[in-house]
Amino acid sequence: MSTKVYDCLKQIGEKIIENKDFLTDLDREIGDADHGVNMARGFQAVIEKVDPEDADIGNVLKKTGMTLLSTVGGASGPLYGTAYMEAAKVFAGKTEVGGEDFKAALEAAIAGIQKRGKAVKGEKTMLDALMPATDVFSEKIAGGASLVEALDAACTAAAEGVEFTKTIAATKGRASYLGDRSIGHQDPGATSLTMTLETIRDFLKE
Amino acid sequence: MKKLINEVDNVVDEMLEGMVAAYPQYIRRLDGLDVVVRAGGSKGKVALVSGGGSGHEPAHGGYVGKGMLDGAVAGAVFTSPTPDQVYEAIKAADGGKGVLLVIKNYTGDVMNFEMAADMARDEGIEVEQVITADDVAVENSTWTTGRRGIAGTIFVHKIAGACAEAGGSLADVKRVAEKVIENVRSMGMAVDACTVPAAGKPSFDLAEDEIEIGIGIHGEPGVNREKIGTVNEIADKLLDKIFAEGIYNSGDEVAVMVNGMGGTPLMELFIANKHVKEVLDSKGIKIAKTLVGNYMTSLDMEGFSITLLKVDDELKKLLEAPADTPAFVQV
Repeated sequence: MSTKVYDCLKQIGEKIIENKDFLTDLDREIGDADHGVNMARGFQAVIEKVDPEDADIGNVLKKTGMTLLSTVGGASGPLYGTAYMEAAKVFAGKTEVGGEDFKAALEAAIAGIQKRGKAVKGEKTMLDALMPATDVFSEKIAGGASLVEALDAACTAAAEGVEFTKTIAATKGRASYLGDRSIGHQDPGATSLTMTLETIRDFLKE
Repeated sequence: MKKLINEVDNVVDEMLEGMVAAYPQYIRRLDGLDVVVRAGGSKGKVALVSGGGSGHEPAHGGYVGKGMLDGAVAGAVFTSPTPDQVYEAIKAADGGKGVLLVIKNYTGDVMNFEMAADMARDEGIEVEQVITADDVAVENSTWTTGRRGIAGTIFVHKIAGACAEAGGSLADVKRVAEKVIENVRSMGMAVDACTVPAAGKPSFDLAEDEIEIGIGIHGEPGVNREKIGTVNEIADKLLDKIFAEGIYNSGDEVAVMVNGMGGTPLMELFIANKHVKEVLDSKGIKIAKTLVGNYMTSLDMEGFSITLLKVDDELKKLLEAPADTPAFVQV
């Protein structure tokens, strides 16, 4: 059990690193062509710096957030860094993941991202994946679903959120400079966020 | 991709080493950080700290020195520096009279600098910030992140820097910086995109006869793509958009910057400037000072931007004050 949370983060990192070029290409269309590069650099540091033996989920998430904050840069650094650090508070001192805690962590992450980024749903950002995913997750948990079942539904909602970002113009972040020219392109942040949730689901399924 | 580099991952580090090696009389690098500060420190004066992604050289490290900045933070190429680096820059630059952060208006820069400012305030350092947003290519509305900070930022460094050097208080320095921001507007264009080393390919594709109007300085596409015309026609388009702001009128006095994006020959910048002067003359706008050169670049992008700053007696005096930095020397 003790190495589990690190293993999950390592898999998230590997997934991001694997998709470095894909994420950067998405960003090249509507941003500044660095999302994949920056996130990969950040998660490489997470894989190297986080203690694999630390069983305290809160500790590991906090260290992950701080590492992302100091290595990713751009807008994604503070946003993902804040998300992980806010989620860390929910899991402080805990070594097991339950549905209610996971829900609270998702909500804390959203609140942190909104505070830092001043964005709402529908602005073509990572929130367009994370918010519907969290809504669906909460419903499923309230309905008695297991963590994996709820995450499965959340991933579907997140992926739909990514598709939704293709239909709207960005009003936050660098893509907002393009106005309607950003329509037709999916948001790189929503994409990496969905990859993150999918990796957590796949990890918990194993 | 053809570039004069060693390792893609080391470009910022090696650039800073080379910069410090060239200008030890002006700047030193903080150990283990991508931060340069004045070699002699900034004791007893308000300190100015700026920075942002790399790839805009000589911005911002090139402007660290007497009469301009006290510290500059270099992020990865076109990527905002992280809060910990900005925080260290604030701490090192602080001369006991407070620190003004000059932030270009980008989502990442604003978030990272604000987080750093919060950290520094917790340590008891007085920190204020101004956000430059001079790019008229981007509409300033609630539907966007707001206008981008581009070449006009250099006028903030120069003028606020002169105010700080003359002993201005943090409030004074912030006030003149904001006055510059209110009166400065820019717009740029590209003949060809730039290539971010880590991406390995141009950030957008233009056909042989196409140009991109209203580009930013991070390889982000502009607001309009069109067939290339003469430089006079192109300069007119940029100027029209700047004049549409209604700030620059007959009888006013302005400072002009014709800024190269990194890959543009000076010959072409001077040709553009010839026309800028003609247009300003025809409008009865007096030119107080003109800067032509590569002040705020976008790697190897081919293109240029035009910046106008309306000056009054106060701004003119500060603009003319001496400065001694790696990239800007004025006696």
